[in-house]
Amino acid sequence: MKGVHDLGGKPGFGRVDQSGAETVFHDRWEAKVFAMVGAGSAAGAWSNTDRFRHAVERIDPEAYLTQGYYGRWLGGVETLLTEAGIVSQEEITVRAIARGASRKDLVAAQPLSSPDPVGQPPSSIGSDRTIVRAPEFKVGDQVRSLVNAVSHHTRLPEYVMGKRGQIVMHHNGWVFPDTNAHGKGENPKHLYTVKFSSEVLWGKPGFSVCVDLFEPYLESVDG
Amino acid sequence: MADESPQEIRAEALESILIEKGLLTAEAVDDVITRYSEQVGPMNGARLVARAWVDPQFKKQLLTDATSVVKSFGFEGGQVEKLVVVENTNKVHNAVVCTLCSCYPWAVLGLPPKWYKDPAYRSRIVMEPRQLLSEMGVRLGHHVDIQVWDSSAEIRYMVLPMRPSGTQHLKEEQLAELVTRDSMIGVEVLPGKPS
Repeated sequence: MKGVHDLGGKPGFGRVDQSGAETVFHDRWEAKVFAMVGAGSAAGAWSNTDRFRHAVERIDPEAYLTQGYYGRWLGGVETLLTEAGIVSQEEITVRAIARGASRKDLVAAQPLSSPDPVGQPPSSIGSDRTIVRAPEFKVGDQVRSLVNAVSHHTRLPEYVMGKRGQIVMHHNGWVFPDTNAHGKGENPKHLYTVKFSSEVLWGKPGFSVCVDLFEPYLESVDG
Repeated sequence: MADESPQEIRAEALESILIEKGLLTAEAVDDVITRYSEQVGPMNGARLVARAWVDPQFKKQLLTDATSVVKSFGFEGGQVEKLVVVENTNKVHNAVVCTLCSCYPWAVLGLPPKWYKDPAYRSRIVMEPRQLLSEMGVRLGHHVDIQVWDSSAEIRYMVLPMRPSGTQHLKEEQLAELVTRDSMIGVEVLPGKPS
């Protein structure tokens, strides 16, 4: 899906602020959010990482850019706990107001009233899967990534859409996030690392970017 | 309470509800802090780098099948279902990012620093890496090709930095202490030692 999370090549963000980089958790509440993500998953509010990533992508865009990584995770876990019916947003808001919050505070979570089904639990640990179908591409092939402005969760970054690159690694079969995030099955696909030159991406020389792309994101380029 | 951010208050409100519902324990937060402050961190990746600097056979294995190497070391922390290690040389400089979220090889580098997850790094490193790396203290000549790795699936990447000059006399354990997290993300070149 298009969204503020798809940050590659987006202008206007300025210098990287490296302050505080040696601290794992800057405040105790950040570790609490980390623990709650584990708890929410264990409670069955979601069944895989793709779904959690999608919930984070669906939070309020202003909150996404201003509330930091653990603010985003809080939005994700609140979204999924709410969609699963484990808690209600009003329940959280009432509790937060009792602790000094205001009803005007920006809340990151934006749960859907009719969410996707949670889906089946993973068929095995991790995300790599045996895949029977032969790969469509091999290392060295020239490919183009699709211009794929889909509304669902996807792992095709916008900055490589429609761009030509070369397959440099083939990783066999992996769970397909585009369906797995929506409770529509693991649907494993071949995964490739595709190398894009800076000339192709930005019209300037001197570097390249390698991106891991699933087979359905790619089409072959002749010659 | 005035110095608490709205996110902090809301996180603690949700935490208290989950504890009441029996879905979370009050101790869970301390377990998280202990695990990711003490047991999992860049010291794990540094051990791999130092070994690779002194053992050519190990280095070859690390660059061809880092996943098996990490398994054999038994590092915990997750997020390295498949790890690829890429080597910095005088001709190629590698840097790692996740533009779509903040994927990072936890088992070898720990949890990512804040800047790695912020929009500035995620937006700029794939578009103007030479300029951005220069701002972060890595000045690369124009003869050095830059290779950026965007972790957009479940493959995780780690950089094998160049061994600093003036360290020929150091043992593996001493070398490991020189290896920084940032050098394994690819936003630092380790400084040479006066010989």
